Amino acid sequence: MVTKLSLPTSITDEKLKDLYKEMWLIRYFDEKVDQFFAKGLIHGTTHLCVGQEASAAGSIAVLEPKDKIVSTHRGHGHCISKEGDVNKMMAELFGRETGYCKGKGGSMHIADVEKGNLGANGIVGGGIPLAVGAALTSKMKKEQYVVLCFFGDGASNEGSFHEAVNLAAIWDLPVVFICENNQYGMSGPVKDMTRVEHIADRAAAYGIPGKIVDGCDMVEIMNEVDEAVQYARAGKGPTLIEMKTYRWKGHSKSDAKKYRTREEENEWRAKDGIKRFKETLLEAGVLTEDEAKVLQEQAKQEIEEAVQFAEASPEPSIDTLEEDVYA
Amino acid sequence: MTKREITYLEAVREAMSQEMRQNEDVFILGEDIGVYGGAFGVTRGMIEEFGPERVRNTPISEAAISGAAVGAALTGMRPILELQFSDFITIAMDQMVNQAAKTRYMFGGKGKVPMVLRTPSGSGTGAAAQHSQSLEAWMAHIPGLKVVQPSTAYDVKGLLKAAMDDDNPVVFYEHKLLYKTSDQVPEEQYSIPLGKADIKREGTDVTLVATALMVHKALEAAAELEKEGISVEVIDPRTIVPLDEEAIINSVKKTGRLIVAHEAVKRGGIGGEIASMIAESEAFDYLDAPIKRLGGLAVPIPYNPTLEKAATPQVPDIIAAVKETVQNK
Ligand SMILES: Cc1ncc(C[n+]2csc(CCOP(=O)(O)OP(=O)(O)O)c2C)c(N)n1
Ligand SMILES: [Mg+2]
Repeated sequence: MVTKLSLPTSITDEKLKDLYKEMWLIRYFDEKVDQFFAKGLIHGTTHLCVGQEASAAGSIAVLEPKDKIVSTHRGHGHCISKEGDVNKMMAELFGRETGYCKGKGGSMHIADVEKGNLGANGIVGGGIPLAVGAALTSKMKKEQYVVLCFFGDGASNEGSFHEAVNLAAIWDLPVVFICENNQYGMSGPVKDMTRVEHIADRAAAYGIPGKIVDGCDMVEIMNEVDEAVQYARAGKGPTLIEMKTYRWKGHSKSDAKKYRTREEENEWRAKDGIKRFKETLLEAGVLTEDEAKVLQEQAKQEIEEAVQFAEASPEPSIDTLEEDVYA
Repeated sequence: MTKREITYLEAVREAMSQEMRQNEDVFILGEDIGVYGGAFGVTRGMIEEFGPERVRNTPISEAAISGAAVGAALTGMRPILELQFSDFITIAMDQMVNQAAKTRYMFGGKGKVPMVLRTPSGSGTGAAAQHSQSLEAWMAHIPGLKVVQPSTAYDVKGLLKAAMDDDNPVVFYEHKLLYKTSDQVPEEQYSIPLGKADIKREGTDVTLVATALMVHKALEAAAELEKEGISVEVIDPRTIVPLDEEAIINSVKKTGRLIVAHEAVKRGGIGGEIASMIAESEAFDYLDAPIKRLGGLAVPIPYNPTLEKAATPQVPDIIAAVKETVQNK
């Protein structure tokens, strides 16, 4: 018995298959990066979104190419979903000339402006006002694009969040605020750091709609984000969406995870968004087991190729050090 | 005093813990300073000893936590604020610059703000443009703030004690790459006065004023140069506000040459202040060569390790600068 999926009209069966592969691309990318950091092959730091693939893939899936996103320090998934090039991403992590930022930015600053990704950000909450500004451009120039603004539960305690959401609300700007509530900041549990039960409850303070979404359920994510995007595109203003999710790994590179229990981790791992999406697609007859295997394998292969690309890429020339400070 | 070798990081923790054991008004607040132990592990174990009332794990809200520290200080507490990376002072800036620094003066000498803002600064960890800056000159520009940049485990413990005892807001920079360096440090509490430079190495040919991590690079350079018969005096101001002008003036009168080296961007850096101070002083007449400043290039700190290194002065740059300065010896 095939269950018909109820989804936004832009989401075709082909798109669903692409999304399944995309989720694996995100996971394999970050698993690979994790290994490299553990072996000390990459310097600096990184923040992995393993376990949070669905909120990136599902939210961005409903966008049009002209739409924009603003990402966070945990941004590899957002970049991949906004048609990012994993070769350029991996090369950036290796600090190579062929990387997204010519080796100058690293994990926390990957951006793909041509594709509408206004960048990861090293400053928690730093991207939220930027998203509002990008939405202001859309409105003033009548460009009709919508901005998806990602940020964490921790970021929602920064003044920038409150100021920016209020501003977007009073100007009815086409921005959708997506709080990826993975239950912790670096270590601070969301339940100790706010007195509201849901981050989405904060929408009431700014007079905009707030929604709570299961951040591991692709179907629910696509439907809810699509509704908010249509609302924004129609000139009705912003929505605050909270994705309940979980990061499987430590905060950055790695950490002892003393601030949470292994039981809690296992509970969340069981909600794996990729596994659930696969089951949904199999049930709906969109995908067969064999096809699923092939897509997963292709994703793995593309990440291997990205590593080869990065390794074969040259280091930036020292002459580039003082380039690009000014336009 | 009984000394033993501990790291810079341990010295910071020890200074705070000893003070907190004897002064109930001292407490620490900051992001992830509880079980996580802080981004660099400085407060590890402290919440276990002092509890969550005195080791207050805060939300990610730099404007609020810096302002709360100012307000608590104004009303009788002696807070230590740990800011996870010194770059985030941008978000705490209003509270530090428009509130903490000016309150007492604006109120006509009433009230005081005895707080310490401790924060790791500097590049060299691959954390790129938003997590690697050295913005101490900004703080030094603000009347009402004191600015400390310790370079050794011994200094950090004594200077932190002085900072905690001070009745003014003190911005206390800990260089990330120094956390793991170690030194002979007394077990007991001791205080190193703010405003007292330390001659880290005596010399006769040139005065090399260096801050924070650059002190170590200066010492390395000085050891190399000694082999070539060049005698370098390395002065660590330790605090840039107040600045021990006398120590620098005396040294320049002795050597007749001055180089200032810091990691912060050269333009607008504290090196310019020190150079001008000498140019305006009696030491000017003793100069046998132009003053030289070494500082970071005017670029955001890049991620690639080779570029990152090239953005700030390294030992060979210091050696080259000294040689140029002593040329016409
Ligand atoms: C202004 C600022 N404060 C603190 C930090 C250090 N920091 C980096 S990520 C992080 C936690 C962010 O939590 P959240 O917003 O929930 O995002 P998550 O890491 O969980 O994805 C912290 C405290 C920072 N980068 N910027
Ligand atoms: Mg979080």
